[in-house]
Amino acid sequence: MNTVLIPSPLRSYTASRAQVHAAGTTVAELLGDLDRRYPGIRFRMIDEQDGIRPHIKIFVNRGQVRRLDAPVGAGDEVIIITAISGG
Amino acid sequence: MAAQKRSAGARAPLLLVGTRKGLFVLSGDPGRKAWRVSPPHFLGHIVHHAVLDPRDRRTLLAAARAGHLGPTVFRSTDRGRTWKEASRPPAFPKAAAGETGLVVAHVFWLTPGHSTEPGVWYAGTSPQGLFRSADGGDTWQGVEGFNANPLRTAWVGGMQEAPPDGATLHSINVDPRDPQHLYIGMSAGGAFESTDGGARWHPLNRGVAADFLPQPDPEYGHDVHCLRLAPSAPDVLYQQNHCGIYRLRRPAERWTRIGEKMPKAVGDIGFPMVVHPRDAKTVWVLPMDGSTVWPRTSVGGKPAIYGTRNAGASWQKLARGLPAKDAWWTVKRQAMCADARDPVGLYFGTTSGEVWASADEGRRWRCVARHLPHIYSVEAAQA
Repeated sequence: MNTVLIPSPLRSYTASRAQVHAAGTTVAELLGDLDRRYPGIRFRMIDEQDGIRPHIKIFVNRGQVRRLDAPVGAGDEVIIITAISGG
Repeated sequence: MAAQKRSAGARAPLLLVGTRKGLFVLSGDPGRKAWRVSPPHFLGHIVHHAVLDPRDRRTLLAAARAGHLGPTVFRSTDRGRTWKEASRPPAFPKAAAGETGLVVAHVFWLTPGHSTEPGVWYAGTSPQGLFRSADGGDTWQGVEGFNANPLRTAWVGGMQEAPPDGATLHSINVDPRDPQHLYIGMSAGGAFESTDGGARWHPLNRGVAADFLPQPDPEYGHDVHCLRLAPSAPDVLYQQNHCGIYRLRRPAERWTRIGEKMPKAVGDIGFPMVVHPRDAKTVWVLPMDGSTVWPRTSVGGKPAIYGTRNAGASWQKLARGLPAKDAWWTVKRQAMCADARDPVGLYFGTTSGEVWASADEGRRWRCVARHLPHIYSVEAAQA
C-alpha cells in the first residue's frame, strides 16, 4: 500500500482528503487502484492515450515520473502536483 | 390574445451562463424584467456550455474543465441543485501501440437528442470529435462514423487550421422530424450532414466562401462559426460563417450568402446566430469586426444586433439600450440565444462578463448581469 498526496483541485474526489492510500507496482496500477477508490479521478490527470496531462506532475519518492510504467515500490510515497498555470 | 400568449409561456425563465470561471444561473421573473444571479457552480472550472434538457426540464449538463485537469461533463437531474460527474466522459479510443491517438482537450458543445429518444445527448469536442450518450450524459461513446472516418483528417485539416482556442466540433442540430438526421458545424472543417444517425457523413459547404483556402469553392475545410436549423421549418438552415452569413433550403446543397444585404460598414462577420423558434424567416446576428487582423469586437465600439424578418433580404439594426459607443465587446458563438416565449426573448453574454436581455425580440435591451467572468455560453430555459 502506498501513500498518495492529492492536490487541492482533485480533492473533490477524495472527500477533501489531502492524503489517501492506493496500491500498485507501477504508476499505472496505482492510478488504476486510486480510480477504483475515487471514481473519475484518473481521467482528470491522465488522458485517453495514457499521457500525463500538461499541468499534472507525478512524483514517486520526490523523483518525477513521466511514464505510467514507472515502478512503484511498497511503501513509496506518491505525490501528485498541479503545476502553476495562470489566467 | 396577448394575455393567453403570456400565460402559456409564463414559466420563470432561466439563463445558463457558462464562463471561464464557472457556471452561473440567472433566474428571471415571469415578466423577464428582474433577474437574480446564482452563486457559481464549479467555481474555477471553464464551462464551455451548459444546457437544460427540454424533454424533462430537469436534466442539466455542463461541459467543464479546470486549467489543471482534464475535460469532463457534470450532470444534474434536479436542475442544478446537486451534481454528479459523468462516469465515462467523452474520450477518443486508445490508439494502437506505436500510433498517435486523439485526446479530447475540452468538451465544447452539448445538444439534447431527439424528442423520441429520451436520455440521448450529443457532445462536440476540441479537437473535432462527436460523441453520443444514451443515458442522460453519464456515459459517452464516440460517433465512430465521424471520429474514425478515413476522411476526417482531410475534412478538419491540421493544427495550423485550428482557431486560437483549439479546433472545435459544434452546432450539433438534430432534425425534429427524424432522429437519424444530423447536421454539425466545425471550426475548421465546415458543415456536414448525416442521414443515418452518424454512420456516414457528407460535406455541405457549396457556395460558402473560404477566403483562407486556395480553392475557389472547396468541398470542405470551411470555418463555420454557428449553424442553426430553423425549428419551425427544419429544411431551412442558417449559418454565421467566418466568411459571411448564409442560408440554405434543403434539399438544395448550395448556400446563399444573405449577409450581402448587411450594411457595408458593418459587414457580415460574427460568431453567434439565432433563429426565431416559430418563424423560419426571422434570424438575429451580432456582427463583429472582421477587418484587417480580425479584432472580433463590436464594429466601431458600437454594439448592435441585426435582425431580419425576411430570411436575409433586408436587415434591421437593433441597438436600443445598448451602449452607443466605447463598448468593444466580443460575443462567442454559444453566447447568444432565444427563449420560446411570445414575444421571443433574446439574450447574449460578452467576454467582459455582461449579460444583456431583450424581452421584445431585440427592440430594447437591458444589462441584467455584469462583473461575471469571461462568458462562453448563454442558454435560455424554463424552470
